[in-house]
Amino acid sequence: MEHYTMNLTLKVWRQKNTGTQGKFETYPVSGISSEMSFLEMFDVLNERLINEGKEPIAFDHDCREGICGACSMHINGRAHGPWAGTTTCQLHMRAFKDGDTITVEPWRAGSFPVVKDLTVDRGAFDRIIEAGGYVSVNTGNAQDANNILVPKDKADAAFAAAACIGCGACVAACKNSSAMLFVSAKVSQLALLPQGQPEKKTRALNMIAQMDKEGFGSCTNTGACEAECPKEISLTNIARLNREYIAAGFTYEK
Amino acid sequence: MLNSKIPAGSLDKKWEDYKGHCKLVNPANKRNMEVIIVGTGLAGASAAASLGELGYKVKAFCFQDSPRRAHSIAAQGGINAAKNYQNDGDSVFRLFYDTVKGGDYRAREANVHRLAEVSGNIIDQCVAQGVPFAREYGGLLSNRSFGATQVQRTFYAAGQTGQQLLLGAYSALERQVALGNVTMYNRHEMLDVVVIDGKARGIIARNLITGQLERHFGHAVLLCSGGYGNVFYLSTNAMGSNVTAAWKATRKGAFFGNPCFTQIHPTCIPVSGDHQSKLTLMSESLRNDGRIWVPKKQNDTRKPSDIPEDERDYYLERRYPAFGNLVPRDVASRAAKERCDAGYGVGSSKQAVYLDFAFNMDRYGRIEASKRQLSNPTPEEIRKLGKEVVAEKYGNLFDMYAKITGENPYEVPMRIYPAVHYTMGGLWVDYELMTSVTGLYALGEANFSDHGANRLGASALMQGLADGYFVIPYTLGNYLADDIKTKPISLDHPAFVEAEKNVQSTIDKLMNIKGTKSVDHFHKKLGKIMWDKCGMARNEQGLKEAITEIQALRKEFWSDVRIPGEANEFNPELEKAGRVADFLELGELMCVDALHRRESCGGHFREESQTDEGEALRDDNNFSYVAAWEYKGESQFELHKEALEFVECKPTQRSYK
Repeated sequence: MEHYTMNLTLKVWRQKNTGTQGKFETYPVSGISSEMSFLEMFDVLNERLINEGKEPIAFDHDCREGICGACSMHINGRAHGPWAGTTTCQLHMRAFKDGDTITVEPWRAGSFPVVKDLTVDRGAFDRIIEAGGYVSVNTGNAQDANNILVPKDKADAAFAAAACIGCGACVAACKNSSAMLFVSAKVSQLALLPQGQPEKKTRALNMIAQMDKEGFGSCTNTGACEAECPKEISLTNIARLNREYIAAGFTYEK
Repeated sequence: MLNSKIPAGSLDKKWEDYKGHCKLVNPANKRNMEVIIVGTGLAGASAAASLGELGYKVKAFCFQDSPRRAHSIAAQGGINAAKNYQNDGDSVFRLFYDTVKGGDYRAREANVHRLAEVSGNIIDQCVAQGVPFAREYGGLLSNRSFGATQVQRTFYAAGQTGQQLLLGAYSALERQVALGNVTMYNRHEMLDVVVIDGKARGIIARNLITGQLERHFGHAVLLCSGGYGNVFYLSTNAMGSNVTAAWKATRKGAFFGNPCFTQIHPTCIPVSGDHQSKLTLMSESLRNDGRIWVPKKQNDTRKPSDIPEDERDYYLERRYPAFGNLVPRDVASRAAKERCDAGYGVGSSKQAVYLDFAFNMDRYGRIEASKRQLSNPTPEEIRKLGKEVVAEKYGNLFDMYAKITGENPYEVPMRIYPAVHYTMGGLWVDYELMTSVTGLYALGEANFSDHGANRLGASALMQGLADGYFVIPYTLGNYLADDIKTKPISLDHPAFVEAEKNVQSTIDKLMNIKGTKSVDHFHKKLGKIMWDKCGMARNEQGLKEAITEIQALRKEFWSDVRIPGEANEFNPELEKAGRVADFLELGELMCVDALHRRESCGGHFREESQTDEGEALRDDNNFSYVAAWEYKGESQFELHKEALEFVECKPTQRSYK
């Protein structure tokens, strides 16, 4: 690969905490290598801000290899930036060219309040999982693993849904701030597997109820969530969730 | 002194006997007993879920915004279990034996045997939870090989096994949160252990959003806080991975076991520049289908595709014909370093070797063509079919490589180099996973117990889940059974007040330095000292220099670090500063330990102790023990030894030739 360095202008959302008004600040950054990751570019800027006696920009990040789901920047109007199927931490500066202006915001959704700068609170996702995103099996209850046969296509489809990293990009990308892709990924994973069958009805009903309670919007099938999902979770999961939900609603016997 | 509490009896009966005779806590009493768990990775989440299910009142803490983000999530390749589903000769004994041998005879036999015994239960449990492991067309579970074994016992979910296992444990944990058995404290960091009358009785935690310090009582405290590889600054660990919980415990009297045993993983993406913030692993499973080579000519600048077959040196296959590319990690890492140091490295930095999939991609393409009964397939057809097979096995890893390097690994060989990955050392624990502080436990990577001087691939996930799902539920009960009369201790107890005061004064001290250099500045300097002098190869002179340099750096840190912002708000720089302060003490202890261990074993390679062929040379007469270090004040550590006895696995010079 050809390496190059570039000078950029960053427009970054700064907000002291949940209770205060935020605003954009502009920062010129220079000498950025095309080999850096997007977050390493932020490291360079933060190091400079610290040396200048200013407050660095707060952002969530941890594994920096695209799997923990912590990073969450809205870059030039797109969740996780311009590359398809890529988290912010895996986005590299090759995606930009010298002289670019890059706008960086936190996830924008009422259910994800801003904690500070680019950091948001995604506790709502944990609470949705609490509502039913599991198989109720205590430790020690299990039978031999190979007693449960799972057709390969079903296992593969369940895995593809289970690959969700819970980053919240689907919500951030959605004009309705809907969490349907997130919820559908977990409901689908378990609905596709024999282990998930006994609780499939309550799972769909309870997770949707919690999603509504958290204030996420409804799904209008725009597909922005699928387009921006760094793990490329398919929209067909939402169709499956709708089927599960409707079927549960018609046949639930309590 | 050091009582490891290994049950009597033959090795294969110890755990069964223990379970049959350990004390139990009745369900009504469990509801009155509080357990604190620090960390929510595989060990912490599985322990929290299992103890919650049993009825204990659990409080779980993690510094991330959700327990699902713990760094276990990033484990790629797989998890071992002695299921023998492949009928290839596997057994509990073989898994046990491979693990003790792989650890270069520096692990405790009884613990490893227990690990092998429960390995099968882990797979059963995870499948029951709905973990989508890879499967065969008949619907059965699929297995693959990993380093240093000659059987296929590794279960996997593409290159995201850790993610799937952690999400399984996380969902079990969240279920207990919903049921009210577990209270979850996200964005909280443990900053001290509270010890009352010689027993761990709680912690001081900082709410990372508000900066407030909180006191929490527990009848017992479990540290499941992972490893300390980030002492090297550059590692495959997450940015937040740290030693703070374990180090605070060390300062409160818990011994630190084998701190110098660090695993340098052979297949990571090489460093690309000074801006580098972390290193990314390429799973060991890739060595099943990737062949490692360098040019036979020094300083060869040709493109890999221009180097003909007979001018390539497949050095692992050459040196270790029996295991080839699947030698254990320590061996593979040293071999890569040896080639690069000798001038055969590739890429712009010359600190890299090739990991090449062309050969096996072609092989798979031919198999697929044959399955489809294509006669005379064209090279393009073979290529396309082979690529599909490789993409299904390792697609996410190849994508990750392409994003980071900008190169397409389906077309050109990957460039890889060793990087710090895992720490076998950790808090010393006995058979029951209790540290040398009564009532304080350490599980998973945070303890030292099962991997000796080198961990085999696909064993970390196994150990974390074994400790959390299947060991601690028994051993904790054995301790708490004698504690049922203890009422919750008031948070106004002098020990809580004192511990909080100390934490507060450390924070105040850090904030008031108002120096000129960032936390990262010091962390990078520490990392460089550690990598250069306590990394893949160590010698007496280097280690002595490192100790002096770390002491000087620590002094500089405490007089010149700059932390912007306030203590009573969300302040990531302050969090980092506290963690780096602890790394600056741990780093010194690692060098002290490495200096005292004048033998090579596993990942600890002392240049003074090697065979004529450059392999690690153990000194069983003098060093067949666990080094457990007691903190006695700044730069003062006292060595305690736990002798290792090998009944079933007689130590021999490890050979993978």
